[in-house]
Amino acid sequence: MKQLTLKEKAERFIINWVFLMLVWLMFTKTFFWQEVVVGAVTTMLISLASVPLFTCCTIKIFSPVRIFWIFYYFWVFLAALIMANFDVARRVLTPSLPINPGIVKFKTKLKTPFAKMVLANSITLTPGTLSVDIIGDTFYIHWIDVKTTDPDKAFKDIAEPFEKVLLKIF
Amino acid sequence: MSAMEIIGAILLLIGSAFLFLGGLGIYRMPDTYNRLQAGTKATTLGAMSLILGVGFLEPSWMIKTLIIIIFIAYSNPISSHALARANYKRKHFPLILHGDVKEMDAYREVTEKEENKEEKK
Repeated sequence: MKQLTLKEKAERFIINWVFLMLVWLMFTKTFFWQEVVVGAVTTMLISLASVPLFTCCTIKIFSPVRIFWIFYYFWVFLAALIMANFDVARRVLTPSLPINPGIVKFKTKLKTPFAKMVLANSITLTPGTLSVDIIGDTFYIHWIDVKTTDPDKAFKDIAEPFEKVLLKIF
Repeated sequence: MSAMEIIGAILLLIGSAFLFLGGLGIYRMPDTYNRLQAGTKATTLGAMSLILGVGFLEPSWMIKTLIIIIFIAYSNPISSHALARANYKRKHFPLILHGDVKEMDAYREVTEKEENKEEKK
């Protein structure tokens, strides 16, 4: 296990604390000060103890630019999800069923497993694509309407708008 | 009717419409992968919209419905990915309508490599 710098530790600690505190507030559903103080102390202790354990999901939160890109990514993703639904609706309701299925592959520039998982999930929820497997940095994508089998062109069509933003976040 | 109730009712309507389209897609599509495509996307937005609509109708449940929406948005694509991958490992190959099978199915080379390894052992 690699040694963590103080900054990385602080990042993980703050992410865990904020997340746990949000869950606490959601479940207790009260802002009475005794409840909030007990929740803050408990979640602080838990997140302090779990700093060396959570290794997957580090996001560099100390630069505000990344926070902005995370929100931007959320909107890009939501727009793609709505587009995907209208795409499915159009295909399903057309009597001739316009599909041309196949599996294509492409390579990604993302490094960390967490970033790859976010990209794969986003690809699954965007129009006409479903991620089948990730091996190393190669994605295998089932495409309902194959326009090209060339990896570079497929990458441009499927993943480029997401990857541009994700490279700025991670 | 208050504005909240109208928004909630509209969201319920949108959600059920997308869920219906997802069901129709599962019925009409020719093979597992295409069915997963239709099923995943339509049910994700459909269920999210439906649950958000319930949240608008009962404002005291709003926070819990938001948690459920986050879990659905996270778990739905993962489960469909797992289903697609498991289906391929069981050698149910995707339907290819046009073009060369080798070229259109880029994942076949990976499974063939794994098979060769097992045979050597």
